[in-house]
Amino acid sequence: MSNMRSLTFDAIIIGGGGSGLRAALELAKSGKKTAVLSKVFPTRSHTVSAQGGITCAIASADPNDDWRWHMYDTVKGGDYIADQDAAEYMCSEGPKAVFELEHMGLPFSRFDNGRIYQRPFGGQSKNFGEGGQAARTCAAADRTGHALLHTLYQNNLKNNTTFLNEWYAVDLVKNANGDVVGCIAMDIESGEVVHVKSKATVLATGGSGRIYASTTNALINTGDGIGMALRAGFPMQDMEMWQFHPTGIYGAGTLVTEGCRGEGGYLINKDGERFMERYAPNAKDLAGRDVVARSMVMEILEGRGCGENGDHVYLKLDHLGEEVLGKRLPGIVELSKTFAHVDPAKEPIPVVPTCHYMMGGVPTNVHGQAIMQDGEGNDQIVNGLYAVGEAACVSVHGANRLGGNSLLDLVVFGRAAGMFIESALNEGVDYLAASESDVASAMKRITRWNESESGETVPELKRELQDTMQNAFGVFRQEENMQEGVKKLAELRERIAHAYLPDKSNAFNTARVEALELDNLMEVAEATAIAALERKESRGAHSRYDYPDRDDANWLKHSLYFPAEKRLGKRDVNFAPKTVDMFEPKVRTY
Amino acid sequence: MVTNITNFGRSGLSDWLVQRVSAIILALYTLFIVGYLLFHPGLDYAAWSGLFAQTWMRIFSLLAFVSLSAHAWVGLWTVTTDYLKPTGIRIATQTVIILAIFVFLVWGIQVLWGA
Amino acid sequence: MSTLQVSLYRYNPETDSAPYMEEFQVDTQGRDLMVLDVLHLVKEQDNGLAYRRSCREGVCGSDGMNMNGKNGLACITPLSEVVKNNKLTLRPLPGLPVIRDLVVDMGLFYKQYERIQPYLQNDTPAPAIERLQSPEDRDKLDGLYECILCACCSTSCPSFWWNPDKFVGPAGLLQAYRFLADSRDEATRERLEGLEDPFSVFRCRGIMNCVAVCPKGLNPTRAIGKIREMLLANAT
Repeated sequence: MSNMRSLTFDAIIIGGGGSGLRAALELAKSGKKTAVLSKVFPTRSHTVSAQGGITCAIASADPNDDWRWHMYDTVKGGDYIADQDAAEYMCSEGPKAVFELEHMGLPFSRFDNGRIYQRPFGGQSKNFGEGGQAARTCAAADRTGHALLHTLYQNNLKNNTTFLNEWYAVDLVKNANGDVVGCIAMDIESGEVVHVKSKATVLATGGSGRIYASTTNALINTGDGIGMALRAGFPMQDMEMWQFHPTGIYGAGTLVTEGCRGEGGYLINKDGERFMERYAPNAKDLAGRDVVARSMVMEILEGRGCGENGDHVYLKLDHLGEEVLGKRLPGIVELSKTFAHVDPAKEPIPVVPTCHYMMGGVPTNVHGQAIMQDGEGNDQIVNGLYAVGEAACVSVHGANRLGGNSLLDLVVFGRAAGMFIESALNEGVDYLAASESDVASAMKRITRWNESESGETVPELKRELQDTMQNAFGVFRQEENMQEGVKKLAELRERIAHAYLPDKSNAFNTARVEALELDNLMEVAEATAIAALERKESRGAHSRYDYPDRDDANWLKHSLYFPAEKRLGKRDVNFAPKTVDMFEPKVRTY
Repeated sequence: MVTNITNFGRSGLSDWLVQRVSAIILALYTLFIVGYLLFHPGLDYAAWSGLFAQTWMRIFSLLAFVSLSAHAWVGLWTVTTDYLKPTGIRIATQTVIILAIFVFLVWGIQVLWGA
Repeated sequence: MSTLQVSLYRYNPETDSAPYMEEFQVDTQGRDLMVLDVLHLVKEQDNGLAYRRSCREGVCGSDGMNMNGKNGLACITPLSEVVKNNKLTLRPLPGLPVIRDLVVDMGLFYKQYERIQPYLQNDTPAPAIERLQSPEDRDKLDGLYECILCACCSTSCPSFWWNPDKFVGPAGLLQAYRFLADSRDEATRERLEGLEDPFSVFRCRGIMNCVAVCPKGLNPTRAIGKIREMLLANAT
């Protein structure tokens, strides 16, 4: 270990997507010694793929819009296990964060009066569900994520943020007290492994959709932060909650934004029927994503699916006309032509519910501080560890995220974590340094791969893992199937522990990165599987045939997965917002 | 901003403008000469030297010579900076080019106004 | 037969003294795969193959490469568009140093991007809400802000090949104009002053390779023309 180089920062941010860059911007402005460590050049992060927009009550489309209505929608959308203090913080701070983005140069689309364009999205209402559909999603055409990520990167350049681009974080380093004091990271270009010491380590590593065979997620979404935290022994929250986006392009899995339906598109079955009118008479195609995804699967299972195998439905857009499509949804037109071989101005797009978003993650408070439980089940802050964005579970999304809330989550909590870390650093942070054996234990995994001499290789194991998740933990779940899935995963874990990395070279060895990613996929998959098996109810995105109803008596709770014992515990949901009355759980209809 | 001391106007914009204006002058001059030759099929030395004896033709020709010099310098300077990466060779070539242009220009003026 | 002949540029700095081309046979099962899918299949044969990829839908800009002689994104280029005589030749983006196989060092490309100060500059105190912008002014950013920094354009530009350290290149200039064209930006004069030298903008010779290869259908040559117009208007 003694010959390993070390780098020292006040704060290290792992991940260069929206949340990481927003946190970094705050810290760069503060003058703290900060670096963003990202396995891809920051603008290649998955935030770039976000299309429809960022939902926020900026009162542009409707001058009377109110963040409390947005908060209501968020809590209801999350099937009442979103923490209400966190939803309150996000929705009330949101406008400030969105205006900041505009001031930084984000090229939002505009209304005639010059204000930011807002479009309707699923699950949005006025007046606490009483005032009809709202239009609350601020958009830059259908490339909002791209515009947002580039704007944040540009402003980090402006503020001279330090970037460690194409560096891969391998594992967290904990000291003898269990505080997180940095990480082990690899410079991908040279293969050099470095000990990064830091007073604050921020996981901004995004989601992990690649645990499923079919996903809208980028190939890099392998849950690296979740894997690192689980290996370090920290609990994960609500990992059973995976959002299946109603409109992934059939076959390719690429996303078609909910904004299509916001602009007036709708889903049809093989008879040409607009079937959402039956499942959600009021909101129709703009019901919550979980509701729409389930309705689509019902249509398919009942024999009304489209295509030769009747295994998808159609998204109809042609009635919107070429002008609206060209102006508001140009990226969708491109993607449909490339991946579905259809021109949406003429034909409907074949779509199917596709894994899209991880509502669960590292439990945190609104400052991004990671939380674990002490022996009595009380919340306890993890010193030195923070999480933001999709990797975190604050939780604002509960059991089902609303469209457009992810981008808001990124900037609001990225900013909040940055501000909090700055003040924490100002007050002084002093953790015990990591010992040689602490560092050695964080090196264990990469050493294991480097010394592997034979065994199965990564691509095959990855495929089996993804197929297992796809088959047993999809839109609808069921005890027996899941039990088998859990068993299969246990077996896979054993095989992965003995898998083989043939290429041991140093320079830009992507095979090594993929091997390390496979370990993380394994961690996320197992946490998901065990949480899904144990939550014996249906809530939000978690739907079980064998427990079709919501069970508030037992499960109006976060689930908390403890990796050491592979045990699922519970954690209270926050029902105490600071400035408004709490929203009582009600039956959720759209 | 990239700075260059060998560049004439020290500005890409002025180079660009010089290149375009000189090109127009050269095009007009070429058109005029070609047209003159076409319309005077039995051209003899007397007529030809008579043409160049007129002041306006001398001014027009001098303008064309100056344009050609400027055009050549801007163009060749660009070519040398594109393709000649070793500094010594580049400066030497640029010196040869500017000397040649200077010689041809002075010689041209002498032909035009001399005798 | 559905076996595709793939010829790949290979170079590993630790083991190879010089780059070479290596042949692979890939079973496409008759499908019109994207070039990126083919690379995944090759990587299963040879774990050591290095290439960048992320979103696999043409918005992150990771997998720019040279496919049968033309730059483009592997993830949105179907075989039917590039393959001739059942043969696919893949090389790294031309003109930048190769790190390994299809991975190039993008340092110079990013440096030119950073040089044009790719961020909005406006020192007027911001209002409590957003800065207003008319839809017409916003329309001026269309065709500019969509750039994904894949470098397909700059690495197909001979002017950038010869002067990658001095010529900003089509990608950087497209972004330079994106901020010049933004009604909210106040640094127009400073931006123009930074561009009027003989190299930064004026090395563009209107070859238009950039326009031909841009996977997002953008037009850097037009943007460069607009910058020249602004420079001219500013200086005369």
